[in-house]
Amino acid sequence: MKLIAQIVSGIALLGTIAPPVLFFNDRLDLAGAQRWMLVGTILWFVTAPIWMEHKTE
Amino acid sequence: MQRVKHHEPVNEYEREPVPEHALLGLKSYVGQFSGEHVAGTEIMIGPLFIAGGVSAFDFIFGLLVGNFLAVLSWTFLTAPIATRARLTMYYQLEKICGRKLVSAYNFANGTMFTVLAGAMITVSATAWGVFFKFSMPELTDTLPTSLGWVAAVLVTGVLFSVVAAYGYRFVARFANFAAPWLVLMFLAFGIIGFREMGLTRLSDFWHVASTEIWKGGEPLAGRVKFTFWHVLFFAWFCNMAWHIGMADLSILRFAKKSWYALSSAGGMYLGHFMAWVAASTLYAVQLKHDPANTAVLPGPLAYSACGLAGLLCVVIAGWTTANPTLYRAGLAFQSLHPAWSRFKVTLVIGLIASLTAIFPIVTMRLLDFVALWGMILMPMGAVIFVDFWVLARIGLQRNFAESTGCSINWAAGTAWLASIAVGTWLVLRGGVQIYFVSLPCWFVTVLLYIVLSILMQRRALAASLHPKTAQ
Repeated sequence: MKLIAQIVSGIALLGTIAPPVLFFNDRLDLAGAQRWMLVGTILWFVTAPIWMEHKTE
Repeated sequence: MQRVKHHEPVNEYEREPVPEHALLGLKSYVGQFSGEHVAGTEIMIGPLFIAGGVSAFDFIFGLLVGNFLAVLSWTFLTAPIATRARLTMYYQLEKICGRKLVSAYNFANGTMFTVLAGAMITVSATAWGVFFKFSMPELTDTLPTSLGWVAAVLVTGVLFSVVAAYGYRFVARFANFAAPWLVLMFLAFGIIGFREMGLTRLSDFWHVASTEIWKGGEPLAGRVKFTFWHVLFFAWFCNMAWHIGMADLSILRFAKKSWYALSSAGGMYLGHFMAWVAASTLYAVQLKHDPANTAVLPGPLAYSACGLAGLLCVVIAGWTTANPTLYRAGLAFQSLHPAWSRFKVTLVIGLIASLTAIFPIVTMRLLDFVALWGMILMPMGAVIFVDFWVLARIGLQRNFAESTGCSINWAAGTAWLASIAVGTWLVLRGGVQIYFVSLPCWFVTVLLYIVLSILMQRRALAASLHPKTAQ
């Protein structure tokens, strides 16, 4: 479960930063980039808490 | 700006040196510094440089050098004392200055934290304006501009305050999850911003940067013209209270080696270089589309570049930064009266911060406020520096308050107040801009503290040797 969450989190971060890069290279329009960034964002916040270390006091 | 520490190691070994087994490795500091300097206020600070009419060379190289000096300040001023004494800043200050003077410092610190939390609430409240079309503050506004704005700020502020009072730990954990995503979101702002400004090849970067984004020339109405030196000193002194002001003694006292402070470069170059560059690019895009729209509103700026994800970035960056800031402000004020409930103090501080957030003057003048913060709190760092490195070498007593039992070290108190007075005079009468005054003020504090300590300790010595004649 933890490993799957880590993999999905990695994909989520990629989904956050890849769309702007594709937009920069004219491979994706701005609206499309914004949609994919939102998907990446939601995926990150759903999966990151499952595996990320909590070091709060 | 700096996110306030989420791990709160200051809650351990508060009145004793950190023991060997509790020391932390380099990895802890790399993660901590890198995550904590990408705060909600970066979205506000970046555009203000363009409003100051900065040129590309002055901006980029001013940031590179200023941030380098900040890293050196952590490494050569804060860390060597932190790793030798291994005490919190507050305890070290109490040993030098006495209980009452530390309370005065805490009051000043708490006040600045409260106002800063207000600026973070303002940043997040701008997100509401994207959906509810109320009038939001312009760059030159000092008073609230509409009822909708007041309502948005109060709702955001009350929400943040209640969460900070009830669920500090939950938001602190959430902030840790958010940190990597926030860094990437700022990078995304920059990539989209540069493309919108016409950059298609990296080889054209300097051309686009200098002719389209940071064009130099006259600042916007009512703003100070920003040069290389303004950018350098702002970047260097932005976290002055933490490095030269020694507040990060509390964090770095856990470091195995003092050179671990070099890891502050991660925070500086991600938060105070990449994030400021990215945020200021978004503002350039806004001005390109509508030169008359000079408002610095993080919500609409982020939304136009990254849509809903951008808006979430503004809210989350503001929220996760305001939360520990309110908590720290609460702790600072609670220390004045330990019987007060931390919960109630945080709530009251949150409400005061919300009231200050209604007035956009602080947020629109954030560069000046940050410089003022450094000027007010830095002198106590100079006092610690002198006390640690100089006093014993010239035959004076270190940790004067602890050794004599006094509650106010008048030499330290006078040096602190005199330094603030000199800084204020230089700004109001001397024609020196606030970004530059903290450097001469550091030397003023050092000199005054040495001279006053000599006078005070000679008098104290004379009084103890000849009690009758001294009276």
